[in-house]
Amino acid sequence: MSILTVVLNIVVIVLISFGVFFFATGTVGFLRFPDFYSRMQATGKCDTLGVVLSCTGVALYALHDGLSLGNILVSLKIMFIAVFWFLGGPTATHALLNSAFKSGILPWTKDGKAIIEWPPK
Amino acid sequence: MPMRYFISFIIFFLLWVIWSGQFDFFHLSLGVISCVLVISISHDLLFQRKNFQKKDITETARFIKYIPWLLYQIVLANIHVAKLALHPRMNDLIDPHIIRFKTKLRKDMSLVTFANSITLTPGTITILIRDGYYFVHAIDMKVAEDLPGEMEERVCHVFMEDSDG
Repeated sequence: MSILTVVLNIVVIVLISFGVFFFATGTVGFLRFPDFYSRMQATGKCDTLGVVLSCTGVALYALHDGLSLGNILVSLKIMFIAVFWFLGGPTATHALLNSAFKSGILPWTKDGKAIIEWPPK
Repeated sequence: MPMRYFISFIIFFLLWVIWSGQFDFFHLSLGVISCVLVISISHDLLFQRKNFQKKDITETARFIKYIPWLLYQIVLANIHVAKLALHPRMNDLIDPHIIRFKTKLRKDMSLVTFANSITLTPGTITILIRDGYYFVHAIDMKVAEDLPGEMEERVCHVFMEDSDG
């Protein structure tokens, strides 16, 4: 095993561990947050960074047999998963919250005011 | 043949080659056929203006410059939400609200980019855009303070809202 492979493996392990950490945080947040809106915050969001980190890690790992054309194509495809997640993830989260808002679910708040003007005067 | 057809074709065909990974005549000709078919149906989606202008290049360049900043913001905000989710006194720290603010953006493309950027940065989700107002759910007051602020300025700059209305 060459020194380059060792370095690559360490980078991959670090990236995927952080990815898994953010996924786990998203799930913990989903269980702990009080209402529908804040739960979607946790699951829809921590996944963003989780997907990017894990996909980068897997894409790098696909290169560890050497830089052949096939390997580069595979890791490019994996990176495109992250790109499409960036486009699709927020849209799905927004669609869920939009329909919740339209069907009249109000968010859990501390002071009872669901909608406030911004910036405060 | 307008320039924008040609550029869309190149982009589509490049994507086709990446995904197919086959370089024989049969697969490449299938790619050409499907790219031409897709462009003939939906050529107006990628470049909105009738003629390909210099503005399109500037816009793309600025958009590419915007992405690293957005990624940095995502990392910062994500760590903030991760801290909230794992904090033992989470209930005292969060203060969720739907906030409503007026935007100065006008173009569809910049409205969508701004809305998606808000949703991507953790702690804030765009719920609704109505009559120039954004309805955004924010998990606490700290993430809400950043809105609309710098992000709107940057989206405004990327899509050149000031120069053509």
